[in-house]
Amino acid sequence: MAVLANAAPHAQPHSNSAEHDHEAHLREEHLMLDPRPRGEMNAMVMDSMHATGWKFWVIASILAVIVVICLGYYWGLMISEGMVVAGINRPIYWGIFLVNTVFWIGISHAGTFVSALLRVFKAEFRRPFTRAAELMTTFGLVQAGLSIFMHMGRVWLAFWLFPYPNERGLWPNFHSPLSWDFLAINTYLMSSTMYLFLPLIPDLAMARDRSTGWRKVLYRILALGFRGTESEWTHLRFAMNLFAFAILPVMFSVHTIVSWDFAAAMRPGWNSTIFGPYFVVGALQSGLSAVAMVLIVIRGNMKNMKYFIRPEHLDAIGKLMLIISMAWAYFFFNDYMVQWYGGDSWTKVLLKFHEEGPLGWMWMSMLILNVALPWLILWNKNWRRNPVILFTVGFLINIAMWFERYIIIPTSLSINRFPFTYQLYKPGVEVQLSIGTLALFILLYMLASRIIPLVPVWEVQEGQMAHSLRKFGKEHVVTVSDLE
Amino acid sequence: MANHNIPEVKADWEATTGIWGMSIDMDMCTGCQACVAACAMENNIPFVEEKDAGYGRSLHWIRIEHTWQGEYPDVNATSFEPIMCQQCGNAPCEPVCPVFASVHSQSEELNLQVYNRCVGTRYCANNCPYVTRVFNMRDYDRPDPLSNQFNPDVTVRRRGIMEKCTFCIQRIHKGEDLAKSEGRDIRDGEVVPACAQACPADAIVFGRIDDPASKISVMAKNGRGFKLLDSLGTLPRITYLKEEKTYGRTG
Repeated sequence: MAVLANAAPHAQPHSNSAEHDHEAHLREEHLMLDPRPRGEMNAMVMDSMHATGWKFWVIASILAVIVVICLGYYWGLMISEGMVVAGINRPIYWGIFLVNTVFWIGISHAGTFVSALLRVFKAEFRRPFTRAAELMTTFGLVQAGLSIFMHMGRVWLAFWLFPYPNERGLWPNFHSPLSWDFLAINTYLMSSTMYLFLPLIPDLAMARDRSTGWRKVLYRILALGFRGTESEWTHLRFAMNLFAFAILPVMFSVHTIVSWDFAAAMRPGWNSTIFGPYFVVGALQSGLSAVAMVLIVIRGNMKNMKYFIRPEHLDAIGKLMLIISMAWAYFFFNDYMVQWYGGDSWTKVLLKFHEEGPLGWMWMSMLILNVALPWLILWNKNWRRNPVILFTVGFLINIAMWFERYIIIPTSLSINRFPFTYQLYKPGVEVQLSIGTLALFILLYMLASRIIPLVPVWEVQEGQMAHSLRKFGKEHVVTVSDLE
Repeated sequence: MANHNIPEVKADWEATTGIWGMSIDMDMCTGCQACVAACAMENNIPFVEEKDAGYGRSLHWIRIEHTWQGEYPDVNATSFEPIMCQQCGNAPCEPVCPVFASVHSQSEELNLQVYNRCVGTRYCANNCPYVTRVFNMRDYDRPDPLSNQFNPDVTVRRRGIMEKCTFCIQRIHKGEDLAKSEGRDIRDGEVVPACAQACPADAIVFGRIDDPASKISVMAKNGRGFKLLDSLGTLPRITYLKEEKTYGRTG
């Protein structure tokens, strides 16, 4: 009894502090439960745009030099000399340029997935990083478009792909999957840019009111005179809702049509009916990993970003990556299984070449990095929340997805129905041009992070207003009020 | 708008049997490559240096396939098989071109490649099951004596475009014009493409497949005749006659 009597006075404060700890932990864990005044968040985001260290400019200028050398000099060399400086040959007419095209379109998919699909389904964890993901869409598509132009033999005539009235009365051939592709990518680029712009308007208006000089002029033009009145918000919300629903089918159609470039051709290994969804899932696989990588870089290097992007967000993206990795494995197995079971002799030769040919290591590492690695690592909550581990997994998944496209394009093109023509593919100037597109992507993103508020402040604030921590009995319960 | 006479549905021309065709007797072919050289002379095909050619960048419109199977000493050689564009009636290269550079001609029933229109996406080449299309990787040098032997009837192609066998369409047009000016039909054997003309064994025979009495129609009825990758439904216009070693060759 004495022991109990002694213990009793401590029990009350201890339980209080545990309760307090629990609440503090919840607030520390969830951005939505850790509200700050709007003015403070505005200042934090503005500060993150303006606080530019010398390291930033060193990296940016190195990237700019790489872009000028790789995209200026080497592309110019290829245009003036011909495709001979690239690695293509007969029968491998498509090489790394189209690998990069598919890769960058894949990267661009995650932006729409994160911002539109998660917005439609009201996934609350999306709020702080929708814009960071949407920016990837736009800049990824720029690289995809550049890669298509690089791969054309006479790029100076690329405008012939546009359906424009001309004196010859000639239109593009709408029977060609490449025409569908061209139109789909253009549609996607325009609609995703508009979709990036719409939620940006309130933040541009916020930035306009807090800046001076050329920035003020720029923001004044871009903000379209947004003042935040009730009717402006109503219209903006309506437009954003409309776009969020409308852009989802566009997102699915774009990568399906990209897959049709291959699936519509009568080649062993390409002529597969499941390529559409397989490519869409593959795009999400690489895209989500890229979003994770970008968020980790932003969180580590931009001022005030540790408040907005927290381990809970890495955790959520890690879970999505795990699910998408499973979906990818399902589609890969389905594609492989049906082709193998079909027993077509040329497909057999091709599958054997994938697995045991000179690039068999690529095929194996694709499976290990795309399936085994995420399945082993992303189950663990602590590992998912660790930026270093998640960054590494995301990086390796992107390598594996690049390998996947490499296996589908140049490696599969080695094999055709005439063994006399079999060749291997040795990349030439493609290497420099690939580095150039990667550098341009990072450079554009870095420059945009100086001009565009990377965190949608109004969206975060909206979420924080909707969330509250209530106490039922002894339990803290998170409640979310319906906003619309 | 101009009327291009391009049928909306491909099946509209699939049913036609074609006008010009070829038959290649693999029993006669000695693999001498004279057709390859003649084709290069006739069609202004540039010479690709050894390194590029070995990497699969040669520009020949016709190739003689010859492969060996098995381990020494039990080696079986396949027949010599000259392969060029099969001028498919239902050509996979045509619908995939985004700019109509690869089109089907209504008057000659041939697959045309419009060099001026080609932008070099190379999709046609990927979709050709016979791998007969070649791509101009660069503007090739033609050192001095070679620059004097251009065929004025054939376009000199520049870098960045696809090309392929045309069945020597310039010779077909010449033959048609001559016959028209003399007010008659084209005689069998009047039009001879460069490869058939150069073939010392007369393994390559060219003529009209819509004329049942022509030499190639008779040859095509030979029991040895087959079409390449017939199962794909591309309706090729070239009939190959299988080697049966009936002309004194020993295995």
